[in-house]
Amino acid sequence: MTIDELTENFSFLDSWEDRYKYLIELGNALNRLSEEEKIDQWKVPGCQSQVWIIPHYNNGTLHFTGDSDAIIVRGIIAIVLEIFKDKTAQEILDIDVEKIFDKMGLKEHITPNRRSGMLSMVDKIKYYAAQALGTEDGYSRVSS
Amino acid sequence: MFDAHKIRKDFPILNKLIDGKKNIYLDTAASAQKPMAVIKRISEVYESEYANVHRGSYWLSEKATEDYEYARKAVARFIYAKSADEIVFTRNATEGINLVAATFGAQNLKPGDEVLLSRAEHHANLVTWQQWAKKTGATIKYFDLDENGGFNKEKFFKALSPKTKIVSVTAMSNVLGTIFPIKEMSQAAHQVGAKILIDACQYAVHKQIDVQEFDCDFLVFSGHKVYGPTGIGVLYGKKEILDTMPPYQYGGDMIENVSYEETTFAPAPSRFEAGTPAIVQAIGLGSALEYLMQFDFKEIELYEQELTEYTTQKLLEVKGLKLLGTAKDKGGVFSFALEGIHPQDLAFILGQEGIAVRVGHFCAEPLVKSLGYNSLTRASLGIYSVKEDIDELIKALYKAKDLLG
Repeated sequence: MTIDELTENFSFLDSWEDRYKYLIELGNALNRLSEEEKIDQWKVPGCQSQVWIIPHYNNGTLHFTGDSDAIIVRGIIAIVLEIFKDKTAQEILDIDVEKIFDKMGLKEHITPNRRSGMLSMVDKIKYYAAQALGTEDGYSRVSS
Repeated sequence: MFDAHKIRKDFPILNKLIDGKKNIYLDTAASAQKPMAVIKRISEVYESEYANVHRGSYWLSEKATEDYEYARKAVARFIYAKSADEIVFTRNATEGINLVAATFGAQNLKPGDEVLLSRAEHHANLVTWQQWAKKTGATIKYFDLDENGGFNKEKFFKALSPKTKIVSVTAMSNVLGTIFPIKEMSQAAHQVGAKILIDACQYAVHKQIDVQEFDCDFLVFSGHKVYGPTGIGVLYGKKEILDTMPPYQYGGDMIENVSYEETTFAPAPSRFEAGTPAIVQAIGLGSALEYLMQFDFKEIELYEQELTEYTTQKLLEVKGLKLLGTAKDKGGVFSFALEGIHPQDLAFILGQEGIAVRVGHFCAEPLVKSLGYNSLTRASLGIYSVKEDIDELIKALYKAKDLLG
């Protein structure tokens, strides 16, 4: 499913209950990581649940796999992975995730409190992208 | 008669829609909301009584100094200290413990000595003594609690020895709600020649402190948990002990005479308040304590006991809910896990329902881990909490089970 489709699907959901049910659905549909993949190296710090994000490099683009022990967070991860799927490092760095989440009606996940750790995930993904570009300095926080 | 519904009217934030929802505030153990009296007092000081303290000879500075020292006296009255000279203003309770560790601890701990803590200490207490034990070569020891989180006299006495130099314990656990028998523990500590420090952060919210009755050597609590401002905390120390302690930080306002070569230091409490203090916050804390002192603490305790029983009963009725901390002597702090539901997921749902609870390890990671969890959900009560808050929480728990189960 593309981000546009996801955004459209969310736009049909008026109540938070329905949005959360959809997040749970997305979380359930996300491929789980194996126990061997859930290592500290891939752990995203700053989340209240355990979150892992693994980068995969493929002919100049990146995609990511990820997992969490919390189901709603897994739904968030599914969206985040979709947003950054098969993009070049530069494209990844240029994406404004907050805007996308805002459009989806999920703005509570972009608060500074970082309850879902969404911003931490995105930081980590942008960090891998900057690393791939060889300019770790290009790594910038999403929330300015 | 104590009437929490009436008291709620004193707290503006409780009567507002927050993000469009009713404010079901069940996170007082993290920080309490503020009554209008405190909010008003703070702006009043800034508007017409503000200047630096202990310095100027003009009216405003004298007034601000008087207000600041009046707040110190209010604290002394609140905890039944013998004198206001036993009250040191700190940034928070954490700084109070750090102050004692870095002065009294550094001065008195040596290799072979022991510092005794309970297994249920907040990081502020645990990490501070763990690190100062490392610095001084002392050993840190922990006494176990009962299965239900209750105080176990035998285990405490067994851990206490002539090697114990400092006992540093919470008077009420911020995870389990367990209330510790402070007077008894003080007596026991003194019998082996140890000093005792009480972390009263949670206790101060729910029960009457009496440092003379406790006979504790030190006691700390933070302002923001007793309905006062942030950035201010209290360290109580027995005067004769404070007088033997070296300064914690150096600077202005803590000295007697200074030359280019030498400095003599002011007596306690000034010795421990280097630099411009949190003047308005201290005054705000004073008015928060005066607000509390208008009530009979016995009545608050009775009311909270009833609400604690109600909450416990309602929570235990929820299928699959495990309540951590069911000691006989416990206050209004409820940490729980819902079977098959991650606390983070639960927090999202509760957040959507306007229910403010805490998720995580509550700055007591070793304890939460030892209970078999990485994180828990915690609801906690304040003087403004009512049964309706609990009913809303329970309703939301069922909703979460429905959505997530």
